[in-house]
Amino acid sequence: MGAYLDAASAAPLHPVARQALLAALDDGWADPGRLYGAGRRAQLLLDAARETVAECIGARPDEVSFTANGTQALTAAALGTLAANRRRGDTFVHTAVEHSALLHAAEVHTGPAVSVGVDMLGRVDVAAFVAAARDGAAAAAVQAANHEVGTVQPVDEIAAAVPDVPLVVDATQVLGHAPLPAHWSVLAGEARTWGGPPGVGVLCVRTGTRWRSPYPADDREGGRVPGTPNVPAIVAAAAGLRAACADQAAEAARLSKLVDQIRTSVAATVPDVEVLGDPVDRLPHIVTFSCLYVDGEALLTALDRRGFAVSSGSSCTSSTLEPSHVLVAMGALTSGNVRVSLHHATTPDEIDEFLRVLPDVIAEVRAEIERA
Amino acid sequence: MRLDCRGRRCPLPILDLARHIGDVVVGETVTVEADDPAAGPDIRAWCRMRGHEHAGESRAADGTPAYTVRRLH
Repeated sequence: MGAYLDAASAAPLHPVARQALLAALDDGWADPGRLYGAGRRAQLLLDAARETVAECIGARPDEVSFTANGTQALTAAALGTLAANRRRGDTFVHTAVEHSALLHAAEVHTGPAVSVGVDMLGRVDVAAFVAAARDGAAAAAVQAANHEVGTVQPVDEIAAAVPDVPLVVDATQVLGHAPLPAHWSVLAGEARTWGGPPGVGVLCVRTGTRWRSPYPADDREGGRVPGTPNVPAIVAAAAGLRAACADQAAEAARLSKLVDQIRTSVAATVPDVEVLGDPVDRLPHIVTFSCLYVDGEALLTALDRRGFAVSSGSSCTSSTLEPSHVLVAMGALTSGNVRVSLHHATTPDEIDEFLRVLPDVIAEVRAEIERA
Repeated sequence: MRLDCRGRRCPLPILDLARHIGDVVVGETVTVEADDPAAGPDIRAWCRMRGHEHAGESRAADGTPAYTVRRLH
């Protein structure tokens, strides 16, 4: 049977988003910046999509810009906030477990960057973060929840302690799945994670936040993102987000129960395993575990042979052969790592089947490595 | 005891460590020389999961990272 269980990379297109995409391919292909009929129709669709996304986020439409993907949104969120706030200070404070896109932005930043550590659950040390942010920070970045282990970060607690520091919040795995933090200055998201199509990121800049585009000048998307926006994909992304937000509470309860089942079953049926992340204060749809004496790549391949798609933070599965910086920061085992992430189309039968085959698959790849 | 895990990709260094920790008496150490970038975090995690002590990191003569583990039980 098998199942696609890598929603955190890309969820399957939500049926509502698919329908909207097909319609918008016919009605929204023109350049929305043009004044003839086809351009105006595209602009109307884009305006409506922006209003929908703004409403789902709890933002004003003019605070919302669309980017080509979540990485671009996150990079622009960080670099634009840093560039506009150099008079506050020149330090960029971020958690050690941010998405690699944000860490790469921190490398480009010309001032010092301070990476604040996390506990074994992957939750940032609030006292250390606040102390660093108070010490001449141009901007600070905290993800709403961790993309690898699902642990929710104390964004509002940090925002309350340093209300004057511009706060960049990566909401990528949260949008459409769980409530957003109340406080943020600049927020980034990605449509693929909520069942929208590939090719749409969301960048929100709160009114009153100092932010300057890191790109050459362009008047598109409120001057924040250059180039003609992908209107059909944006329309589909907005429709998908509205559908996800409408079902959010019920869907979160449904998926969270399945994640609880995975956490319990993996710990009980797989020897020498650690289930990672906060078991309670976590995203409803992401769970990660690491197994001793297991090659992550062999495990992914063996699961794929049985039709199960999952991802891994193990070094052997990354292009750089470096282990996941998230797992390293947590002090977790990096080898034999599997992230399972659920979505609107995930069924209880799929999870039952996954949990039924998993112990045998792990035993099989362990037996292989015993011969190495 | 020293284990040469050069060129052995994770999780092989911790597998080698698990195979040889019983070769030393309780209180003695095994030092794993390993060049895989995941070896450090994995050996620390293995010590925590297996109840042994991660007793420090150094460098072998050729610069390869070396992780010392003390057998506790």
